[in-house]
Amino acid sequence: MLNYLGLPIAASEHAGEIDHMISLVHWLMLLMFVGWGLFFIYVLFRFRKGANPRADYVGAKGKLSKGTEIAIVVAEVVLLVGYAIPAWARRVQQFPAESEATVVRVIAEQFAWNIHYPGADGRFGRTDINRVSSENPIGLDRTDPDAKDDLTTINQLTLPVDRPVLVHLSSKDVIHSFGLFEMRVKQDAVPGLDMPVWFIPNRIGDYEIACSQLCGLGHYRMRGFINVKSEADYRAFLAEEAKFLTQ
Amino acid sequence: MDNVATLGTAAHEHAHDHAHEELGFWRKYVFSQDHKVIGIQYAFTSLLFLLFGFGLMMVMRYQLAYPGSPIPLIGNWLGSANAPGGIMLPEFYNQLGAMHGTIMVFLGVVPLAVGGFGNFVMPLQIGAPDMAFPKLNMMSYWVYFVGGVVMLVSFFMTGGAAQSGWTSYPPLAVISPGQTMWLIGMIFLITSSLLGSVNFIVTIVQLRARGLTWMRLPFFVWAQFVTSFLLLLAFPPLEAAGVMQLMDRVAGTSFFMPSGLVVSNQVATSLTGVATGAVGSGGGNPLLWQHLFWFLAHPEVYVLILPAMGIVSEVIANNTRKPLWGYRALVYSVGFLGFMSFIVWAHHMFMTGMGTTMSAFFQTTTMIISIPSVVILTALLLSLWGASIRFTTPMLFALAFLPMFGIGGLTGLPLGLAPSDIHLHDTYYVIGHFHYVVAPGTIFALFAGIYYWFPKATGRQMNELLGRIHFWGSFVCINLVFAPMLIQGLGGMNRRLYDGGMQYALNADLLKWNVVIGMAAWTLGLFQLPFIINFIMSIKWGKPVDNNPWEATTLEWSAPSPPGHGNFLTEPVVYRGPYEYSVPGAAQDFTPQFEPERA
Repeated sequence: MLNYLGLPIAASEHAGEIDHMISLVHWLMLLMFVGWGLFFIYVLFRFRKGANPRADYVGAKGKLSKGTEIAIVVAEVVLLVGYAIPAWARRVQQFPAESEATVVRVIAEQFAWNIHYPGADGRFGRTDINRVSSENPIGLDRTDPDAKDDLTTINQLTLPVDRPVLVHLSSKDVIHSFGLFEMRVKQDAVPGLDMPVWFIPNRIGDYEIACSQLCGLGHYRMRGFINVKSEADYRAFLAEEAKFLTQ
Repeated sequence: MDNVATLGTAAHEHAHDHAHEELGFWRKYVFSQDHKVIGIQYAFTSLLFLLFGFGLMMVMRYQLAYPGSPIPLIGNWLGSANAPGGIMLPEFYNQLGAMHGTIMVFLGVVPLAVGGFGNFVMPLQIGAPDMAFPKLNMMSYWVYFVGGVVMLVSFFMTGGAAQSGWTSYPPLAVISPGQTMWLIGMIFLITSSLLGSVNFIVTIVQLRARGLTWMRLPFFVWAQFVTSFLLLLAFPPLEAAGVMQLMDRVAGTSFFMPSGLVVSNQVATSLTGVATGAVGSGGGNPLLWQHLFWFLAHPEVYVLILPAMGIVSEVIANNTRKPLWGYRALVYSVGFLGFMSFIVWAHHMFMTGMGTTMSAFFQTTTMIISIPSVVILTALLLSLWGASIRFTTPMLFALAFLPMFGIGGLTGLPLGLAPSDIHLHDTYYVIGHFHYVVAPGTIFALFAGIYYWFPKATGRQMNELLGRIHFWGSFVCINLVFAPMLIQGLGGMNRRLYDGGMQYALNADLLKWNVVIGMAAWTLGLFQLPFIINFIMSIKWGKPVDNNPWEATTLEWSAPSPPGHGNFLTEPVVYRGPYEYSVPGAAQDFTPQFEPERA
């Protein structure tokens, strides 16, 4: 089924289980649609006026419809209890420990993704909305000791492969949505809230961040990039970026 | 039953002095209190809005198929603020998108299904001389009309029409141009629906003809009854929310605006708030709006679909020449659907950040609500077994409703389960899904209803050949419009993108479908011409018919075509259930509800 659905490549650890679920649901849909469809076409042909000039007052008898309905209920319960609820719980409850994860802040704005790395000390510097300017889009307070080594980029999220990523997602202005199709990740960025998002990228490569919630006239071009690198390349990237801080 | 009997007699007398009491043109056709005239007013107005809303989409589809090319034919009329040189601006694209949704739902489908068919057919089917509150009924139409005018005028205001989607999520909606007019328009439209729904409920409870017990009601009346409760109970929260959002825009409140917003690198303060329409003092919650909005808008889905199911049931019973299969199951299912539709709303909000408990609740209710839908669809399918099917034009549309609504319902499954929704949320899969429900689903059912009750409203029948051209052309084209959207969505193409998604590498292979969809949409537009011609011509030149051209069983077919003021010539009395077709031993294959028992 997966080959026919045309899903994008899967580049995170949990993508497989989501794809598996999408595929299961589509099997169920196909089965129901083909079943009903065959019945439908048959009755249209069999009971057309020309073939059956006098209708039958009683009509269909038998328990087939009850059986079908019960089967559908069972299938839905299995999907719900066996797949959907536990899979969702893993997304929103079992967050990785900050010490074991790559932790970044992603701050959305019309129409860009600001990325904030905590730097070598692992602590995010203070931000203040009154410091926000076009040079400092997240309002980072560089006088804060924690902020000294913080790195910021725009629309470029670089991550190491095979390590949990914990994103603190927020928005400066309106609701955006942090959509990573290849990672099977989507989370609205709601101003006033700090939403955690996690995943484990397991495939080195370049992917896109697609804003998935209408956010204004530039919504269509609110595109960011994710570069998933090997651990060594990731370290090199951080070191390279850190050089700009000392200048 | 006394008051019912009195009303029936009143109708009887009314019909007699009809000739004496001539109303002037304005009272008779414009500010009419007659449910049939109001129904026809609703139907005409909403059909025009449906055409207009579809027109907006045909323009948008050009931009999506050929991004950045000048729009042919009408490009130069759109104004330099919207489309300089005929090339659409993103602001204008967003306006068209928001207004397409708003117009189709609130000015097109609901007013046609409820205001049009409900008003015209329901009192006739229950044997009432009119609605319980004729003046309220008139007011409902005119408030709707004003709401529609406000929405249309908003295109010509500075900054244009609303452009934050039909869902109008704050903070975007609060800081974007056009939204004030949208909110004012919505307040009118909601008020209109509330007036109508109260009237429907009272009429169905109080004005049923003698002998018309609840379990003898045509299924269409049941559907309208449940729909009215949905409107009555779901719309007030949105009306309140609409006023709150309006205050956020014009009075500097911040019901939906959190603290600390920074728009275009400017801190939004309460001072800029009133002047620019930006945020007030803060402290509000944008998600509150989404809850209030979807608390209406999910029941609203059933407001769109239940009357359609009602129409389809009537047409199927009539054209299969046999009773509906499982009438009681249909009635209980529609009631259960109505109830459940109030507790599924947050399945539109899985991506806003929802914990396990909440999402488990809303996933479960969403799966539960699929069951009565399955029961209804199964009952209608099984009704075909043993039938003697007449493939009339209304029947073609009603039959097509079944698989189309089936696709719409089935594609709801992966969206209703939160983990699979992660991938599909806000993609074209969603657009494909709900359009299958509403366009080839509900709108096809509405077409079935138009072809079916046109003879009752006008005394003339619509042309069958033009009807068939309309049906087959629409059926093929509409599937070519919506099926590719499911493919695009699975492939990861987001909705609401001005350039059709060409920014994204992921969409490279999916863009070709935009051209296919565009072509199909424009051809679909062409295939509405036979309908428009047929509709207008048949009013004057259609084949004249008697009271009961379809040989149907329900009460509306005992009234003259078209029925006069007061509807029935004699007091209608009901002797049996609504779908007594092909009764064994009966002389003909239909035994109307109004035909007395033979001794």
